[in-house]
Amino acid sequence: MAKVLVVTSGKGGVGKTTTTAAIGAALAQAGQKVVVVDFDVGLRNLDLVLGAERRVVFDLINVVHGVAKLPQALIRDKRLENLSLLPASQTKDKDALTEEGVGRVITELRKSFDWVICDSPAGIERGAMLAMRYADEAVIVTNPEVSSVRDSDRIIGMLDSKTVRAENGERVEKHILITRYDAGRAARGEMLSIDDVLEILATPLLGIVPESQDVLRASNVGCPVTLNNPSSAPARAYSDATRRLLGEQIEMLVPSERKGLMNLLLGRRAA
Amino acid sequence: MSVLRLFSGRPATAPIARERLQILLAHERGLRGQPDLLMQLREEILAVVSRHVVLDPDKVIVRMERGKHVSTLEVDIELPVGADRAFASAG
Repeated sequence: MAKVLVVTSGKGGVGKTTTTAAIGAALAQAGQKVVVVDFDVGLRNLDLVLGAERRVVFDLINVVHGVAKLPQALIRDKRLENLSLLPASQTKDKDALTEEGVGRVITELRKSFDWVICDSPAGIERGAMLAMRYADEAVIVTNPEVSSVRDSDRIIGMLDSKTVRAENGERVEKHILITRYDAGRAARGEMLSIDDVLEILATPLLGIVPESQDVLRASNVGCPVTLNNPSSAPARAYSDATRRLLGEQIEMLVPSERKGLMNLLLGRRAA
Repeated sequence: MSVLRLFSGRPATAPIARERLQILLAHERGLRGQPDLLMQLREEILAVVSRHVVLDPDKVIVRMERGKHVSTLEVDIELPVGADRAFASAG
């Protein structure tokens, strides 16, 4: 059974697109057939983060409007044959997407992929609503920071009320992914801790991605961080999160770049 | 907690963030899916007062201040010139 997973957050700049690319690539590496769909109409970026920006011919809106067939618009990743991208339009506006049109595309994608990962735009407007509309599961990307946590709470409320599953009395399975986490600052009381965030949002944790320069390095070269530097701390965090999505039980650790005295001093711990 | 805190001398701000979020979200979750109560109050107050005094709708301000223990509802209505005399004669 194909799963539709939305990567969402409410707040912008927390790492939705990075997460979509990293988890999409990790799932594909695990042998799953994956399509990542960019819902950020007018401000597409998933193509750039995946290094496919020069291969975009047709996009989601062309498919929704019947201008292009789905196979024409899908871009297969050059590194991972199991990974495909359905890009967003860069020129049209977000009203070009219709609920029925998106529904048709998702239904069709479900037939040929194991995972349909919808990269939501920021905000709670139409694009974000449509990205979550048909989701079976949701990854809510949250930074340990007040505005991000508040927006995540709002998004959780929408996942519980505005999705097709919610309207049918079913649940969207929700997971919190904490990104840009700095264990040292959390230990010093300068940053909300993992426990704080989870207690406030009352939603299970999928993983903890530490703040790292490797994320920027990977997007600079257009490669998901899980492929670009698999041994880096964020890549290991995303790989663990992906295995949890696949149902594995893995101890929750904050992958770190340095080990030893500093970590002990900073009171590093996992939630 | 960490030994670094003892030396840094700066107070931890995360507990403040946590408390502010807890208060705010408890409130916002309660309002979710309901019509905007303040807007509704404002409309109704405006309708009642307008029955007696001609009002500029923009001069009716309804404000809510939420505290941890006490919350206040502030209603500020600016009366047009001469309206006070109408009240005096009525009283």
